[in-house]
Amino acid sequence: MPVELYRIDDRLIHGQVVVGWGQPLDIGLLVLVDDVVAASEWEQELYRMAVPPEMEIRFESVESAAAKHDDLVRDKRKSIVIVADIGTMQRLVERVPGIRSVNIGGIHHRAGRNQKLRYLFLTPDEENLLRAIAARGIAVTAQDVPSARTVPLDELLSGEAAA
Amino acid sequence: MSDAAQSVTPRGVVIGHGGFAAGLISAVEQITGRGGLLIGLSNSGMTPQEMQDAVREYVDTGVRVVFTDLPGGSATVCARRVSAACEGVVVVSGVNLPALLDFVFSSDEPDESAKRAAERGRETLTVIGGR
Repeated sequence: MPVELYRIDDRLIHGQVVVGWGQPLDIGLLVLVDDVVAASEWEQELYRMAVPPEMEIRFESVESAAAKHDDLVRDKRKSIVIVADIGTMQRLVERVPGIRSVNIGGIHHRAGRNQKLRYLFLTPDEENLLRAIAARGIAVTAQDVPSARTVPLDELLSGEAAA
Repeated sequence: MSDAAQSVTPRGVVIGHGGFAAGLISAVEQITGRGGLLIGLSNSGMTPQEMQDAVREYVDTGVRVVFTDLPGGSATVCARRVSAACEGVVVVSGVNLPALLDFVFSSDEPDESAKRAAERGRETLTVIGGR
């Protein structure tokens, strides 16, 4: 079954993902793609305990996620692939041509980032990374929860969305 | 808040989505008249690191119990990171009003108070009526 959502969210596993998206979409499988988490049993246990029993969570590096993507698409369960940052998503889309859409779910404020939406702050470099992902023909949009408006990348980067 | 309440040492941090913590703490204070025992934090607009730092700030002043809303929420993940780094700090996820009321009246050690509060929270979640 195709992956329901390829999401960038600096909180990784949290309420909006597990409940906000997970319940209405009937998600059975979460794939957390992060090289650091994939190499740390302790980090994995932290996130595993945050997932309800009816959901499975898998931990992959970018390389292993790309290698197993075909298997993921064949899984009968609905799934979400989640990464913490734009750079990780860019590395993933470079290796997985089948990704046709990317959801930006939350990137919070830090020094050097400019506000684009209530839940989205980007540095100029991050904006360029998103443009590079979109240039591959991938639909890049921002949407924190399913009931929120989907904001296209052009609108985000033009500053119209924050106005 | 009264002067007496301001002099009380906080015993617990409540952190969750939106106005969850502020609402619960307001209810606790209304019911018990005891203010200042709980610190409320919202995860709104905060990075995971900011949440962790905010909880850590109170843990460093002596708070040993962190209450969170969703077991799978970002606040719980951050609180568990603090708990792992600070010996004696416990996390109670899925907190509700009866659990917090029990906690503020308890004079036991923090971990015992937390366990009993969690039990009380579970016991009080009931369905009334229906077929």
